[in-house]
Amino acid sequence: MADHITVNSAPAAAVPAPRKRSSGRLMILSFLSPTLLILIFMVAYPIFSLVYYSFFNFSALRPAVAMKPVGLGNYAFLLSDPDLWQRFVFTGKFVALCVTLQMLIGIFVGYRLQKNFRGRDVIFTALMMPMMLSPVVVGFLWRYMFNSEWGVINYLATTIGLEKIDWLGQTNAALFAAAAADTWMWTPFIILLATAAFRGIPDTIYEAAEVDGASPAYTFFTITLPMSAPVLFIALILRLIDSFKQYDLFFALTGGGPGSSTETVSFAVAKTAFSYFYTGEASALAVVLLVIIIGLSMILVRHLNKMGERF
Amino acid sequence: MAEIRLENLNIEFGAFKAVQDVNLTVKNGEFVVYLGPSGCGKTTTLRSIAGLVNATSGDIRFDGRRVNELSASERNIAMVFQFVSLYPHLKIRQNIAFPLKARGVAKAEIARKLDWVTEIFKLGDDLDRYPGALPPGARQKVALARAVIRDPAVLLLDEPLSAIDEQFREEMRWELGHLQRQLGVTTIYVTHDQREAMSLADRIVLMSDGRIVQVAEPDAMFFEPVSVFAGQFIGSPSMNLIDLVPNGDGLALGKEGGVRLTPEKDGVPPWVLKSRRPLKMGIRPLNIHLVEPQRQADGIDLPVDDVYSVGRERFFTFRIGDALCQGVDKRDAKAGGTAGRVRFLPQGFLFFDADTGRRVTGETMP
Repeated sequence: MADHITVNSAPAAAVPAPRKRSSGRLMILSFLSPTLLILIFMVAYPIFSLVYYSFFNFSALRPAVAMKPVGLGNYAFLLSDPDLWQRFVFTGKFVALCVTLQMLIGIFVGYRLQKNFRGRDVIFTALMMPMMLSPVVVGFLWRYMFNSEWGVINYLATTIGLEKIDWLGQTNAALFAAAAADTWMWTPFIILLATAAFRGIPDTIYEAAEVDGASPAYTFFTITLPMSAPVLFIALILRLIDSFKQYDLFFALTGGGPGSSTETVSFAVAKTAFSYFYTGEASALAVVLLVIIIGLSMILVRHLNKMGERF
Repeated sequence: MAEIRLENLNIEFGAFKAVQDVNLTVKNGEFVVYLGPSGCGKTTTLRSIAGLVNATSGDIRFDGRRVNELSASERNIAMVFQFVSLYPHLKIRQNIAFPLKARGVAKAEIARKLDWVTEIFKLGDDLDRYPGALPPGARQKVALARAVIRDPAVLLLDEPLSAIDEQFREEMRWELGHLQRQLGVTTIYVTHDQREAMSLADRIVLMSDGRIVQVAEPDAMFFEPVSVFAGQFIGSPSMNLIDLVPNGDGLALGKEGGVRLTPEKDGVPPWVLKSRRPLKMGIRPLNIHLVEPQRQADGIDLPVDDVYSVGRERFFTFRIGDALCQGVDKRDAKAGGTAGRVRFLPQGFLFFDADTGRRVTGETMP
């Protein structure tokens, strides 16, 4: 009996029901919609409202006061503000110093760590620790170490006969101190990526280079670096963007001082938005920051894609 | 160009002895092929000559000079690897010029040499492409061009053709042999493919388990193997190996249900009968032919299992006792396709000691 049933029902099952094209699209959309909704609410909406507020004179402290449209007024005000230019210059210096240090040290240490040796894993794990701390914690940690009276750095300086330096009380010294803290924290990230990139180069490539008579230095500059360039570029992009919007480290380390000389652009956004509550002006500044970061990313990503085509 | 001498070469990785007591002299300009199954130590030997692996003991000499302590870059060798070793971020032109650039050769000289190898390898169209854009065969050609561009003393090739598809491999093999004769560079070539070895080599070095089994010219390797291993490794299909069992006053082929041999008629040399040790007989498939059933005089009746032809060659299998044997002959219209009777050509008989596997002849009979 069971045989009869299967035989009868089989042909019906074998013929697929005619399907509409749109139902496939609907299916795709329904699968994507949770992510899309989250993205719309978490990313798209804030960005649009940010751009919207940047055209108004508005304070989040006094929402009852009517929003006054000022057009490009906020932008005009920002661009003519010499203090803000000062912040861009300072941020630029900080980014250049940090990223250069981190890339150089990261690539050097990564190169040293690519070969397997006893204790490599332990060293590697220890090196990764700073990256796992919160930037605010790192900021306070280094603030104590850089303390001009009882900080360990000045203590070490005096033991070798140097004068005490007021690290956090002078703009240039504070810039150096912040760069040191940021480098301490984020060089491991470069080490991690650089090591992975270097280890991804097949041994035969190095053997071929050795047989071809290339010295270790020549091999490094003509083989190792160019072949890991795509990964190192990603590291560079991420570090550029991240250090460009650095805020919490300065908040904890220098508080923006002395004066406001170590305020980064992000610091200025936060201060304008949440200390002075000039929401419109802060929004405009945030938009400027956003445009710069997007522009930076686009240039680098395009470069990256071009390099990727070769491999 | 150089003469290479390996003296008592031993290479160990921890407890594993990869290469044991290897002694060999490769003459200036000679094309020597290291042949053997995977893991026999042939590639390790090659890499030690290159300077990529350190010898545990023994000497490696180029023209009499000990080079053990020299790095790969100081030995003036060139090498082509099994898997792609071109620099993927450099154009073909830059890849080929790399060994010269790395050594600081003048630009004009590099350009001249580049023209020369481009001409030899006909690489004109590919010079400005990246390795990723070329098929594997063309990549190995570039690797070869990169190897010969600086006139190395020794050219080392580690299974350079094994990653290339069959059709192109044949062509590359021919070109490689031609090129080596043209340049006259001392060449050591590693392969597990006996056909490659037979067609390219001046001499073949057959290795097994880290030791040299036999060093011989291709013909000698084929016709006078020193052991069962050598006999079976060379030649395709592989050499048949059949037990020889005393049978009354004569001998039988195969243990159970074997075939009785009549020495005079079947061409078995008389000394075989007198051997005090158990022997095995090796016979290459090409020395076994199918015969027409009516010519009773020349054949042995054996159940032929399977017959198939590839072009003008006819392959067949049959059983002697419990051993499965293979034969190959020319498909000839006159002989017909009737199977069932095979003939052994006596000039192809080889005899081996059943216990040691060493080859035994009338002179060396135990």
